[in-house]
Amino acid sequence: MASTEPNNAAQKGGLSGWINARFPLDKMLREHVTEYYAPKNFNVWYYFGALALFVLVLQLVTGIFLTMNYKPSAADAFGAVEYIMRDVEWGWLIRYLHSTGASAFFIVVYLHMFRALMYGSYKAPRELLWLLGMGIYLVLMAEAFMGYLLPWGNMSFWGAQVIVSLFGTIPVVGDGLVEWIRGDYYISDITLNRFFALHVVALPFVLVGLVVAHILALHEVGSNNPDGVEIKKTKGADGKPLDGIPFHPYYTVKDLFGLGVFLTLFSAIVFFKPDGWGLFLEAPNFEPANPMQTPPHIAPVWYFTPFYAILRAVPSFFGTQIWGVLAMFGAIVMLALMPWLDKSPVKSIRYRGPISKLALGIFVVTFVMLGYLGLKPSTGIYPLLARVFTVIYFAYFLLMPWWSRMDSTKPVPERVTYDAH
Amino acid sequence: MSEHVDLGRRKLLTATTAATGAIGAGLAVSPFLASWKPSARAKALGAPVEIDISRMDVGSMIKVEWRGKPVWVVRRTPEMLADLGAHDPLLLDPASDGSKQPEFAKNPARAQKPEYFVVLGVCTHLGCSPISKFAIGEVEAGWPGGFYCPCHGSKFDLSGRVFKGVPAPKNLEVPPYAFVGDGKIVVGAEGAQAA
Repeated sequence: MASTEPNNAAQKGGLSGWINARFPLDKMLREHVTEYYAPKNFNVWYYFGALALFVLVLQLVTGIFLTMNYKPSAADAFGAVEYIMRDVEWGWLIRYLHSTGASAFFIVVYLHMFRALMYGSYKAPRELLWLLGMGIYLVLMAEAFMGYLLPWGNMSFWGAQVIVSLFGTIPVVGDGLVEWIRGDYYISDITLNRFFALHVVALPFVLVGLVVAHILALHEVGSNNPDGVEIKKTKGADGKPLDGIPFHPYYTVKDLFGLGVFLTLFSAIVFFKPDGWGLFLEAPNFEPANPMQTPPHIAPVWYFTPFYAILRAVPSFFGTQIWGVLAMFGAIVMLALMPWLDKSPVKSIRYRGPISKLALGIFVVTFVMLGYLGLKPSTGIYPLLARVFTVIYFAYFLLMPWWSRMDSTKPVPERVTYDAH
Repeated sequence: MSEHVDLGRRKLLTATTAATGAIGAGLAVSPFLASWKPSARAKALGAPVEIDISRMDVGSMIKVEWRGKPVWVVRRTPEMLADLGAHDPLLLDPASDGSKQPEFAKNPARAQKPEYFVVLGVCTHLGCSPISKFAIGEVEAGWPGGFYCPCHGSKFDLSGRVFKGVPAPKNLEVPPYAFVGDGKIVVGAEGAQAA
């Protein structure tokens, strides 16, 4: 016999038995769905992981349909998008779902990450889970950046010009590296063609792979919860966590409800405000790419602006502007280092003292302000503000080993806090 | 056949085979990496371009595309040229020591013939194209006229020299060029410095 487990599905007859003798279908469903025990005290912040998964599928499906009418060449790309918008049946809907989906992806991912910051979900034993999540975030940014070039609008062109030039700041090899990335002396047809290949073939594979690894790592260590209590520590006689409930049907039903709320808001944007007030689709992108004319005010799409503000805030010295680029990538590295910077003995904000609460509040304000400043021109008071918030951003992380240790804590309960409804 | 297994020999063979395989895999990657370099066609399209400057008005500016980048030619007025020496303390690199230009343009006017200023319209910060702001005071109080980059706020004077305190680290790049015949400039010509 292949297995000695009780309820061995392989021993059943019929189609199910035939499959399970050859493929661990029931076993996988049990491990990841019907007998994956998640804490019963999840709150509203625990919707965003499932929503991110939904948006990923939405982007894959709408993306596949967009490629059926899109042409990745400098001569045809802008016209192909117009064609999709005007002549392809329901093309406008598919494209708006994809463009709004990109912003929605970052909204749910940012909320998902904030949840982790609040409840200490990056702390042991979930460090690798957090790093896999950071990997997803990085690939998502690369995916969004390359996708933004494809409509070949003027903001597409100049956005790509700026971001690719970041690599030119690396001493010695920079210029050659930029030429290698573009495959030309400027952002051209050649660049567009390779970004298309990366956007629709290479990066989606990496992204899906990382998402699978993220979920496998989650199911290995188990979900954190708003109390930051490890439910695996308190198990019943049957070996199941006393504070855990099976993912299905409890959380599949909860997540479906969340999906309903999400789709209501999402549809409202798609149908009534697809340009997202100029944030999701920027005005200069409604005219074709023009290598001779930078738009009068250039700003990346909103989800990049906090890092863009940091990039601009750092002046050049020693004859190179690499410092701003290092600061920008450093800002993301800081996030990845969270598991090792946070020295607090407790996970959840619920059982931390006033310093942690204040610090997290300041960090949120700083991140939002940097995002706002990244949209604004670099004149007047804005560059000074960007510098101040850049310093605060790094101070939050670099001083964390001290303030997280200094902070008072409240006793963490043995079991999760939960009121039966 | 002996049952004896020479583990040392097996380890050595495994290690050398793995190392050889790794070298082969590394070499196999190189054609794919090299395929990203500018193709023969992209290189051919990067040839020099000719600009007709015979009908330019004094104080006007024209833009020409060379290698997909904007090349500007500004026919500067005598007042513009006279003002070039007036703001050296505000400049990061007034003598163009750390900037890129042909040897003949390493002077305050950054030009072969001071009247005609030929420069790449590409910000030395991250490659945006700055906007011409020739009027005095157009960008801020005390603005002597020059170029302003809308992306990250870098400022350059009418010789493309960068002001202090902005993200751009160098003056705008002057491409190789040469005057040929009646009122024509060739941009990108090899050996143009000698002409």
